[in-house]
Order: sequence, then structure tokens, then C-alpha cells
Amino acid sequence: MNIFALIGRAVLSLLAAIGRLAIFTGSALAAVVSPPVYGRLFLQQVMRIGYFSLPVVGLTAFFTGGVLALQIYLGGNRYGAESIVPQIVVLGITRELGPVIAGLMVAGRVAAAIAAEIGTMKVTEQIDALTTLATNPVKYLVVPRILAAVVTMPILTAVGDSIGVFGGYIVATENLGFTGSTYLKNTVDFATNSDINSGLIKAAVFGFIIALMGCFNGFHSRGGAQGVGAATTNAVVSSCILILAADFVLTAVLFHT
Amino acid sequence: MTAKIELRGVKKRFGSKVVLDGIDLVIEKGSSLVVIGGSGTGKSVMIKSVLGIIRPDEGTILVDGEEVTHINGAARDRVMRKFGMLFQGAALFDSLPVWENVAFGLIQGRGMARKPARDIAIQKLAKVGLPEDVAFLSPAELSGGMQKRVGLARAIAADPEIIFFDEPTTGLDPIMADVINELIVSTVKDVGATTLSITHDMASARKISDRIAMIYGGRIIWQGPTAEIDRSGNPYVEQFIHGRAEGPIKMAVKA
Repeated sequence: MNIFALIGRAVLSLLAAIGRLAIFTGSALAAVVSPPVYGRLFLQQVMRIGYFSLPVVGLTAFFTGGVLALQIYLGGNRYGAESIVPQIVVLGITRELGPVIAGLMVAGRVAAAIAAEIGTMKVTEQIDALTTLATNPVKYLVVPRILAAVVTMPILTAVGDSIGVFGGYIVATENLGFTGSTYLKNTVDFATNSDINSGLIKAAVFGFIIALMGCFNGFHSRGGAQGVGAATTNAVVSSCILILAADFVLTAVLFHT
Repeated sequence: MTAKIELRGVKKRFGSKVVLDGIDLVIEKGSSLVVIGGSGTGKSVMIKSVLGIIRPDEGTILVDGEEVTHINGAARDRVMRKFGMLFQGAALFDSLPVWENVAFGLIQGRGMARKPARDIAIQKLAKVGLPEDVAFLSPAELSGGMQKRVGLARAIAADPEIIFFDEPTTGLDPIMADVINELIVSTVKDVGATTLSITHDMASARKISDRIAMIYGGRIIWQGPTAEIDRSGNPYVEQFIHGRAEGPIKMAVKA
């Protein structure tokens, strides 16, 4: 095989995938702003994407907050700055770790589930059946999922932020000798609205990425069980990468650095 | 008679593979046309082109004299309300109970309230020989033959003007296949619909059609009234309807 043919083929398929994604995103956004709105399906997805993700987001946030407190204490200890723990924990959780950890967890749970469900519908012709029943598949399947993810991710992150700070609080008061009232006072005094809001904006963007990648990969799966499996994997991997890339871009934009 | 559906020079290729190579086909109002042909001859692509699921590269498709080849959005939804389709694997929505599958086109496509839509769904299920309690099962709990019946009930639920059948008897035992054929004939007569079916089951084709067309190599190579299929004088048709391995049609073993 000619090396140039190999490279050319890879580049062409990459460009084709980017093109397909752009067209898909465009049709999804157009469908969001045009009637009809499927309220019932939206609420169903709010339950699936948001409510049922609470345990996994809460647990991971708790341990993240705890380990953050430990690490900052140990690191700060080297030059006598242990008392900074509550400030750094709340900053790290609200700005970065809250939305990113929630995003990655929901990507694993939800992007996979969406891709598998829509992919199976695709290979069993259920998506074609929607068209023949005068129902736009993008409006019926994609819009409720995207809206639900964009609405619930900031809420999940707000809950995760609180639990993460609480995890830091538990470790700091139980193991590191902080008094509870001082810890909380330092946390509240230090955190600003912009710390929290920037994290919630990120979370909404991550929600969009998760639902979009789940739907996109599902819609473009083919070839039976193996194709659906591949779509599921691609949905999780691509949404995780895009979340971390978007996090970098958003941080640069939101904090003008 | 006016043509209900007309295809003029429809062409479609995937990459370098030509699937439809200029299909010309007219389906008269109220008639039942069956398109026969082997696997991979473009039957499904043809049907999906009419439904707008696949966009042809060239040619025009008319429904009731209206050009539908490139319409989208609301215009597409309006044309789709004339159609009902029974898919090969039934393609029932497994997240919804049976009655909601049948009523789907009424509730989502036409905005009917759920209660009256459910009553209609139960009527349509009775028409295909399914009792009321089936309505509240999930599609996964049904046998293949029952799923086909539910698919048929869904296809006729909104009293469509045009019904498509994609391999209606494939994967069913001979008796259930005949039951489905009978149901197709009786329900279509009931609704007075125009139908287009694709199949490679000759028994089914003879039973449900009044005209037959044969597709080969992406073209319609023969068409005529069902009674004349045995006197076609076309060696391709002869070979197909008698199921012979020897003849002008060479099965490509490698795709």
C-alpha cells in the first residue's frame, strides 16, 4: 500500500466526519428553535440524564473534594501554608473539578446510553419508521436529549460543587485539625460569584457536547451489533476529549488570560 | 387513471457502486404493484428514495403529480402523512407499548389526543387479529409474526393513501406468511390504498399484487399484470420465478 494513499484516505475520512458533524449540529440547532416541542420526552430525558446521574456525580465529587484537601494540605505544608486548604478546595471544585468530573462521569453514563439506544434504533430501521410516520427523527430524538443535558448539567454540577466542598470539609475537620466554623467561613468569604458561574457555564457546554456526541454517533452507526458497539465507544471517547478541549478554551475565554 | 406515484430516471450510487441505474415506474391510483428481484438489486434503495430517507442522485419522483424528490421539513412531513409502511423487521419502537406504536402516527404526526388515538389503535389491532390485551404489552414480548401484525396495524392506523411493504413475509413460517398476505389484501381493500411492495417471495407476490415489475441491475427489466408473469418471455423473469441457479442472472458470491 502506497503511504500517500494511506495518509490521503485518513485525511479524507477525517474531513468527511467533520463535515457530517457540522451538518448534524446545524440540523439539531435548527430543530431546537422550531416547533413542535416534545415536553413529555424532554421531562423523560431530564430524569434519565439528570436525576439518575446524581449518585455517580455526588460520589465522585465527594472523593475529589476530599483528596483535594489532603493534597493541598500536604503541598502547603512544605512552606507553612496549610491554612489555605478551604480557599483552594472551593476554587478548584467550583472552577474546574466540579464541572469536569461531572462532565466526564455523565459522558460515560449518558453519551454511551444515548449512542447505544439511537444506534440500535438506526440499525433496526426504527429511525426510518419515524420518518414514515411524519415525525422528524432529529426533533423527536435529538432535541429532547440536548435540551435535557444542557439544563441538567449545571444543576448536577451545582450539587456536585456543594458535595465536593463538603468532602474537603470532612477531611479537613476530621483529619487535618481544622475547626468547622473557620473552614466554612474561609470557604464562603473566598468564593466569588464568578468562580461558581464560570463552572456552571462550562457544565452547560459539556452537557451539549455529551448529548450531541451521543446522538451523532448513534445516528451514524451501521452494521448491526458491532456498529452499535463502535458508536458507543466513539461517543464516550469523543465527548471526553471534547469536554477537556472545551474546558481549556472556555477557561481562557471566561478568565481573559 | 392518474399516476399515484411516478419515478422517472431515478439513479443512485454509493461510492463507485451503482445501485439504481435509471428506474422508471408508474403506480396507478388504487393498484397494487409488487417489485420482485434478488437481494442487493436495489429494491430497498428504491423504496427509501420515494420516502425521502435516501436522496437520489438524478431523476424525479412524483407523488400525486407533486415533485417530492428534494422537499424537506414541513413539506416532507405533509407528504409523509399520505404514507404508511410495513418494515421488514417490523421496526417497532421498543421503548413504547404496542398501542402507542400503532397510534404513533396519529399522536405525533397528526397531533391527536392520546385517549382517542388509543381507541383507534385497539380497533386497528383487532383488524389484524390481535386481542385488546396485546395493546399493553411491549414489542419485545411478541413473536415475529405478531410483530409483523402490529407493524401492519401501525402502517394502516392513519388510513394512508399509499402503503409500502418491505419484504412482508420474510422470516415467517409459510402459514404465518399466508396469514400476513391475507391481511395485507383485506386491509388494503378496506382502506382503498395504493400499494408498493418489494419481495423475493413469489407466492406472496402473486397473492398481493395486481401488477408485478422485476428489478435487475438497478433497472426495471419487465413489468405487467400478475396473470402474465408466467408468460413474460423474459429469461431473467423466468429464471427468478422458477428459482433456478442456471440462467442469465449470475449471483455475485463476492459483494
